[in-house]
Amino acid sequence: MTKSSTAAPEAKGAKGGKKKTAPSAPKGKGTVGTPGATVSKELARRAYRSMLEARLLEEKLAALYRSGKIVGGVFLGRGQEALSVALGVHLRRGDVYAPLIRDQAGRLAFGDTILDTLRTYLGSSLGSMRGRDGNIHRGRPSEGYHAMISHLGAMVSTVCGGLMAKRFRGETGAVGATCIGEGGTSTGSFHEGMNMAAVEKLPLVVVVANNQFSYSTPNDRQFACGDLMARAEGYGVTGRRAVGNDLVDCLAVLGEAVAAARAGKGPQLVVADLLRLVGHGEHDDASYIPSALKKSPLGRDCLEIARESLLEHEWLTAKEAADWHAAVEKEVEETASKVLREPAPDPSEEDWNAFSALGRNGEEAR
Amino acid sequence: MSKTSITYLEAIRLAQQKALAEDPRVFIYGQDIGGFGGAFKATKNLAKEFPGRVLDAPISEDAMVGLAIGAAVEGMRPIVEMQFADFSTCGFNQIVNQAATLHYRTGTPCPIVVRLPSGGTPGSGPFHSQSMEAIYAHYPGIVVMTPATVEDAYTMLLEAVALDDPVIFCEHKFLYYHLKAEKLPGEALPFGKARITRPGRDATVVAYGAMVHEAVAAAEELSHDGYDIEVVDLRTVRPIDTDTILASVARTGRLLVVGESWPWGGVAAEVISRVATEGFGLLDAPPQRLNAKETPVPYHPALWGTHRPTASSVANSLRQLLEL
Repeated sequence: MTKSSTAAPEAKGAKGGKKKTAPSAPKGKGTVGTPGATVSKELARRAYRSMLEARLLEEKLAALYRSGKIVGGVFLGRGQEALSVALGVHLRRGDVYAPLIRDQAGRLAFGDTILDTLRTYLGSSLGSMRGRDGNIHRGRPSEGYHAMISHLGAMVSTVCGGLMAKRFRGETGAVGATCIGEGGTSTGSFHEGMNMAAVEKLPLVVVVANNQFSYSTPNDRQFACGDLMARAEGYGVTGRRAVGNDLVDCLAVLGEAVAAARAGKGPQLVVADLLRLVGHGEHDDASYIPSALKKSPLGRDCLEIARESLLEHEWLTAKEAADWHAAVEKEVEETASKVLREPAPDPSEEDWNAFSALGRNGEEAR
Repeated sequence: MSKTSITYLEAIRLAQQKALAEDPRVFIYGQDIGGFGGAFKATKNLAKEFPGRVLDAPISEDAMVGLAIGAAVEGMRPIVEMQFADFSTCGFNQIVNQAATLHYRTGTPCPIVVRLPSGGTPGSGPFHSQSMEAIYAHYPGIVVMTPATVEDAYTMLLEAVALDDPVIFCEHKFLYYHLKAEKLPGEALPFGKARITRPGRDATVVAYGAMVHEAVAAAEELSHDGYDIEVVDLRTVRPIDTDTILASVARTGRLLVVGESWPWGGVAAEVISRVATEGFGLLDAPPQRLNAKETPVPYHPALWGTHRPTASSVANSLRQLLEL
């Protein structure tokens, strides 16, 4: 097993992250990319703020679900915010981003809002999905923010397409990014997309959150290759490893991955071990996750680790942390109250037309 | 090939050439379509003429369509060539779950064209002969085109590229080489409009793709017995031109629908359903359908020739219909 496979022999994990908590994740021994070099105070603060927003927003979503205000499902990213935000915060306008199920933090860092999240979950007709789709199936594709479909792996090639469009137009400097779980790496779509990205040498970053259980299925029933990062070599892409519940490490590794993709070094596969600290959805008590694992370093809450880390680096004061918490909580509460009063979609006003250029019976609308 | 004889296949190549020449947003992506020019040569010389815009894809139908969707979202007009329609099942998920739903869900259009070399040819067998139009037409948000003539192959492919919705373009392999036209058309029927290929008054045959030609041959055969059969070419199966079908049935009172694909839940079933519900009073006899036999498409030409409807079996069905 190599920690940094193939093409770019760059650092795989940042050195010097305060808490290398994931037991199965070897500590990075790279000589570049220390947190001090790649993670700035400003970046870490932005990331922590988005993590906090995601956490408190999702707690509200869970409460709204339990009180019957949200129908369908609620799928939370608790425990995965550090990895998620580390990707989102390194992207910028003009990039192509297809987040997945547990990427509330990354979404907010990329520019999604608490308001539109609540509107989508609550089915407000004012939200970007207008009640036509819900929960995590949310995005604004024309702005580079894709709305995932539930079929895992499908967004890898979709992001490749966005990057090909930019290549055709001669636009350089943009990256594409998408996220997946370890279970999603078993799909044919994932494989096809990774292979295609490698063939075209696209500036694609794929982040694999290995949270040990695909819904309830443990990794020994999901794949047999031992280490998912070994797949990077098979695809001919650069593999990198991050400590999934350590924000500073995630920021450093994702910073390197995004920078490498942006610099034309081809696709980057980032694998991080972590643990989801909730069920697959709020309907799931996750009783299949052994308590020993929950109590292991892998089960440590990334938000707490991040907070401690920022305090230690003196990038955030305890007072600021408390103020942010209160401010975000207030924003979430106020936004939820507002959205709960917004109109639901009206079936009689729905156009019931799946076509864009055609009327619902196929007549030409133009 | 002389300039005065353009095949159905060449019309498809020329339409792509025109689309590439006139619209910088167009690119073509598919297996073996670059320097090799495609398994059927539908992109012959295009990679040379348009460098970097006619690209070989890995054998990854799912990712090919996914890439097209992502590029379309960013403003491109991708054409995906499936090597055979049959392999589009490997890209099915991206077509029906992402391309077809994208605009309804997000308001972002998905202008992709997926070309499906469709239908049977002798010796092609179960995995290189399928007609997939009914499966894709089932999904709201997808336009399904089934051109039956050289002229339609040309103009409809250009329409498909210009359309803001995903288009499944079912080009018929049986027509590729033997169907010829003198010249390319300057104008076309309006989008989604069926054509009265052969006017008549005794019965209507609704068909599309290669079956239009079997229907016309059957109509010629019955003309020797004094029957005057009308043939309607659907051209697009979704949207479907119910008005033209009903108007034809109003003239003839009798309906036979012919489809090369299987009957269960197919285009023929849809046409009959529409006529029965919207034009029951126009019918002088129960509407009939003729489809492929309900087995996989067989390999041997003797079996294949009986599996699919032919001029002879269409004529037999018409004779039965005329006696009802």
